[in-house]
Amino acid sequence: MTDAIDVAGLRKSYGKTVALDGLDLTVAPGEVHGFLGPNGSGKTTTIRILLGLLRADGGTARLLGGDPWAQATELHHRIAYVPGDVNLWPNLTGGEVIDLLGRLRGGLDVSRRANLIKRFELDPVVKGRAYSRGNRQKVALIAALASDVELLLLDEPTAGLDPLMEAAFRECVADERSRGRTVLLSSHILSEVEALCDRVTIIRRGRAVETGTLSDLRHLTRTSVDAELAGPPRGLDQLAGVHNLDVEGNRVHCEVDTEQLDGLLRQLTIVGVRSMTCQPPTLEELFLRHYAGDGAAS
Amino acid sequence: MSSLAGTGALLRLAARRDRILLAIWLYAFAALVGATVYGFKKILPTAGAREKFAVSAGHNPALLSLYGPFYGSSLGSFTAWRDGAIAALLAGLMSVFIVVRHTRADEESGRLELVGATAVGRHASLAAALVLGVGANVVIGVVITAIQILLGLPAAGAILLSAGIVGCGLVFTGIAALTAQIGSTARSARGLAIGVLGAAFMFRAIGDSVSGSGPRWLTWLSPIGWAELTRSFGQAHQPVGLGCGASVVSVCYADQGPRWWVVALALLTAAASVAGAALLAARRDFGAGLVAQRPGAGTAAIWLRTPLALAWRMQQAWLLWWLAGGLVFGVVLGSAAKGIGGLLSSAQIRRAVARFGGQAAARLTQEVLRGQAGLANAYLATILGITGLAVAAYAVATVLRLRAEETEQRADPVLATRTGRIGWGLSHLVIAAVGAVAILAVVGLGAGLGYGARAGGIGSKVATLVGAGLAQAPAVLVLAGITVALFGLAPQASVAASWSILGAAVLMYVLGTALQLSHWVLDLSPFTHVPKLPGGTLSGTPLVWLVLVAVLLTALGLAGLRRRDIGT
Repeated sequence: MTDAIDVAGLRKSYGKTVALDGLDLTVAPGEVHGFLGPNGSGKTTTIRILLGLLRADGGTARLLGGDPWAQATELHHRIAYVPGDVNLWPNLTGGEVIDLLGRLRGGLDVSRRANLIKRFELDPVVKGRAYSRGNRQKVALIAALASDVELLLLDEPTAGLDPLMEAAFRECVADERSRGRTVLLSSHILSEVEALCDRVTIIRRGRAVETGTLSDLRHLTRTSVDAELAGPPRGLDQLAGVHNLDVEGNRVHCEVDTEQLDGLLRQLTIVGVRSMTCQPPTLEELFLRHYAGDGAAS
Repeated sequence: MSSLAGTGALLRLAARRDRILLAIWLYAFAALVGATVYGFKKILPTAGAREKFAVSAGHNPALLSLYGPFYGSSLGSFTAWRDGAIAALLAGLMSVFIVVRHTRADEESGRLELVGATAVGRHASLAAALVLGVGANVVIGVVITAIQILLGLPAAGAILLSAGIVGCGLVFTGIAALTAQIGSTARSARGLAIGVLGAAFMFRAIGDSVSGSGPRWLTWLSPIGWAELTRSFGQAHQPVGLGCGASVVSVCYADQGPRWWVVALALLTAAASVAGAALLAARRDFGAGLVAQRPGAGTAAIWLRTPLALAWRMQQAWLLWWLAGGLVFGVVLGSAAKGIGGLLSSAQIRRAVARFGGQAAARLTQEVLRGQAGLANAYLATILGITGLAVAAYAVATVLRLRAEETEQRADPVLATRTGRIGWGLSHLVIAAVGAVAILAVVGLGAGLGYGARAGGIGSKVATLVGAGLAQAPAVLVLAGITVALFGLAPQASVAASWSILGAAVLMYVLGTALQLSHWVLDLSPFTHVPKLPGGTLSGTPLVWLVLVAVLLTALGLAGLRRRDIGT
């Protein structure tokens, strides 16, 4: 089965600014794929190339087996898009925009539309210029979720939504997955990605730096360990994969590469363990490790 | 925190953002005034020649409605006649753009919110915009005064003429500040203020061109009229006979001395509107206007399902205003066509009119030879020529909505559906083209109704004038085509370049003959190739060529749009 999205070595520059520098991204059909990266790392550029709004300078991009530039209009039957920064037509109401975008896409499900409007608590009679940012985002989300498509391209769709609406959004994406739809979710919110995504790609300065399932990625991270031992610990500082070791009498705090966990436990049980807490690695740590020092580039 | 805190910083920001725009405006004013004084010096060097010109042009309703009456026959009076109303109109336009851009437009885009959250008072942005508007007008006033004095005009008159023009600019600085509080969008604020400006020009056009017992006092209601009513270069003891014809009394004053107090009218009006704006600004919420938002439909109408329907939905109000305005404009000016008398008797004067009053007047003079009806026709042809330029502005603005859709990221969601780029582009182009043709037809219809109602023969006059209006369409479409080509091929430059090209076409139309530009330069403007209807001979060839050029430019632009990146 062809991948829903298959991007290899994608390049795009705006003048001297390099936005994408050989990006690889593969999204299998039916999966919810998290697309993570700091501001300015090239997430939106990637999505705009996939939509055929921008032409890539180099590399290949396939969307649902087609060429996103040459076959844009045919492919757009099968996708829905939510931009990160939604601007609505000032004199159209939210309800009108939802209907219009749905019709332009080739039809929308009226009962789903009604259901989503209720779920997101949107007032559809307000004119576009009077909506707050979060409400504009809801309009675009409802328009996308109410249409019958194979692939959803969501560019930071929850920025501006309150926590309640974020929860509603998560339910909706879970529904989409159970219907077999593919979702590319660009996001900043790690808990959201952890809760929703099957696989994740982390992008930095226009390149994919990590990609895989969450458990794959967790293997690459460290578990944090706090232990109270029967006596003073021995030989921990020589152990491979142990970081930020902090020993205070019988107490030990350290971080350990997940694949080196066995070695550490063996060493600790030699002394005898009285109590112990282990924190699983969070995506946040992974994220911070890749983001660190990226401030200037974003 | 004072409500004006931070005004200085905002003012510097606004001046920094506008520096190029302001320089262009300054240049335009300087060029207009300089070219006028210089042109009159060359073409009508003697008092005698000017007097004869004033007698004939002062009785020509077409020229009166465009420029106003003469107050004397000195070089200064002629400069005031030629530039007073036009420069006042431009000063008003400039002021509206400046003030709305730094108040309501910033508020709407959210930029002001960013600034408003810092240590900036709630009236600071309005104050900064007002200071910038006033400053721009004053600088322009000083520069055009200096130019007039350098070219040898008396200093007092030069100062008064400039003061009248600046006064109108200040009035519209205040009115724009007021409409920026009333309208809840930049578009509506600008639209309201420009509507007032248009009405001001109409009032003085009617007041200046009506004969006998007509409502000449209308000029007094117009801030643009005030720039004329200062009688800047007038002399206290003019020979009473000048321009005192039987039919037109508007140029006949026993005492034609300068009226400095008229400037005070402008200053008072400006101050009152600024005070009103400050009052409204203090009472309303951020982001809100006086015209409250009404809820709309919860679901889209059945027809709202194509890009064209969306474009129509966005443009309909704008187009309907143009159509209504066009009809009124046509009726008013059409009804003035009746009773255009001819005092143009000597061939010498005719030549002077031909050389000075712009292409329109040149045409007019040729037509004079054909008698009374010819004169009315020539007047109507002038009106329709001006209409053509105005409708070109409509077409350019409408095509440029595509660029706004793109930069404001509303194009993306539409183009992410099965709507192709060509379909999306054409949606707005169809509205621009059909709308422009409809406005031209409606102005022709109005002129036919107005003229026919007073002179008889409504049916034939409507038919002739609708046709004459439509004859402008090919030139308008060329301007639209240029805009499409720029949008497709050079999107970042498209807005500035399209308006500059339209500006050049307007300048060529108004000043072409006066500046004695060579034929090939004038031929660059599509409006040079439009037949002078009614009255002139209709030749299809140039019209067919213009339409072909428009189609070609549009095709070029759409081809460019297909190939380029969106949103850059």
